[in-house]
Amino acid sequence: MSTSEPGPADPAAAAPDAVAGAPDPAAEPAAPRATPLRAVHESLGASMTAFAGWLMPLRYRSEIAEHQAVRNAAGLFDLSHMGEIAVTGPGAGAALDYALVGSMSALAPGRARYTMICAPDGGVLDDLIVYRLADAEYLVIPNAANTAVVAAALHDRAAGHDAKVDDQTAEYALIAIQGPHAARILAQLTDISLDGVKYYASHRGTVSGRPILLARTGYTGEDGFELFTAAADAEAVWTALAEAGADDGLVPAGLAARDTLRLEAGMPLYGNELSAQVTPFDAGLGRVVVFDKPGDFVGRAALAERGQAPARMVLAGLIAGSRRVPRHGYPVTWDGVSRGTVTSGAPSPTLAVPIAMAYLDPEVATRARGDTEGRLAVDVRGKPEPATITDLPFYRRPR
Amino acid sequence: MTIPDELRYTAEHEWVSISGTVASVGITDYAQQALGDVVYVSVPEPGSRVTAGEPCGEVESTKSVSDIYSPVDGEVTEVNEDLEDDPALVNTDPYGAGWLMRIRLDPDSDDSGLLTPDEYAALTKESE
Repeated sequence: MSTSEPGPADPAAAAPDAVAGAPDPAAEPAAPRATPLRAVHESLGASMTAFAGWLMPLRYRSEIAEHQAVRNAAGLFDLSHMGEIAVTGPGAGAALDYALVGSMSALAPGRARYTMICAPDGGVLDDLIVYRLADAEYLVIPNAANTAVVAAALHDRAAGHDAKVDDQTAEYALIAIQGPHAARILAQLTDISLDGVKYYASHRGTVSGRPILLARTGYTGEDGFELFTAAADAEAVWTALAEAGADDGLVPAGLAARDTLRLEAGMPLYGNELSAQVTPFDAGLGRVVVFDKPGDFVGRAALAERGQAPARMVLAGLIAGSRRVPRHGYPVTWDGVSRGTVTSGAPSPTLAVPIAMAYLDPEVATRARGDTEGRLAVDVRGKPEPATITDLPFYRRPR
Repeated sequence: MTIPDELRYTAEHEWVSISGTVASVGITDYAQQALGDVVYVSVPEPGSRVTAGEPCGEVESTKSVSDIYSPVDGEVTEVNEDLEDDPALVNTDPYGAGWLMRIRLDPDSDDSGLLTPDEYAALTKESE
């Protein structure tokens, strides 16, 4: 067999290349960084893989079973590869207002926001979650692959503001517990009243006696929490959660399940849906760009123009009409002519058919909605496979 | 990871069991572990001609798709229809219920290029 795998930032690129034989010269450098939980993963028998410069668990047993556990019970994730960049000082809010497309000075302490950092031309450098921990204290969470780029950009853009930028990634571990049982498992171990923690809010407290910053955030489409701990506490917190949830369906879950969960939830992945070649508006996420905030911000002029102009592409959901999976980079065709590109695709464990996100020509996206003649297709390695267009997300959790 | 003694292997991580003029073919335990959960297997229709070293089908898993190469020259006589409903058999029993297809060998089919279990074990070690 020879394996073909999607693009560079997709966890798919982290699939073992052993099946393909020769190592990919563009693969990760020889010695990826280990997270504080490496020994735990190895003792659990995880398939480990290099991803964005880190050695991460791809799966422990079956990624489909891990995916379904998160949908039906709970899953435990090591996200310690994500960056943690502290931005502190009296001018931190103003610095972030200038550096990012959102309004961070308007964020209340204890709340978090999904936002982006853009280049002057409006291209997305990364998507971020920003926590305001106190009046003069923010924590910025970039993707692992972009941590250095984001830290450098924040440092440059904070110049002239009374703010300090400090990449603290090495000091933190990040553990997520996600799924309908997450709250009741976590409640056994924490002094924080979880009922009082809103979506995209954060609290300081303890888990199993260890200090943590807890946030009701996630990347799975389920209710859940992300726990920032000191690197030295990671193993104790992970083990306490694993034990507390063992009888409640909690399983460790790897990057493979994380990718199918976020895809079903219609959430973008940097390197797939987002890149320096697209603006937030192209990705259908123009709402993150806040123009009525004090002062200028990097990318304002370009984004203002992009936001007014007709859409040049539309991020659409596709449902495959065959069992062959549309994957990253495959052309999307209309009447046999390429009119778009798949950004992410996978067999959906919940829908039991392959699903994908794709950038489409806006005209095709409109016409495909009424299409009953099978004119929309994905070119799956040379053979057109029928597809239908659908609204995102593919999956919405029952409430 | 298991590599049964009684089988022959290819560098593309397939196994072959030759009995008389018929070869049974599947993918190895090593391959299924590397692929992760198999969700779809496509193999040639019975009656199709296949040629050693040529792609003749594909295995879709969550994270990737892989070509299946025929290990021998011949004609496909039978495919594993159970995989249609339960492709995960390739994961749970790669050398048994997860077999892919049977091929009637051409009279002049040459199996000298197939690997012994020791040769295959060495190859998988190199890949690690």
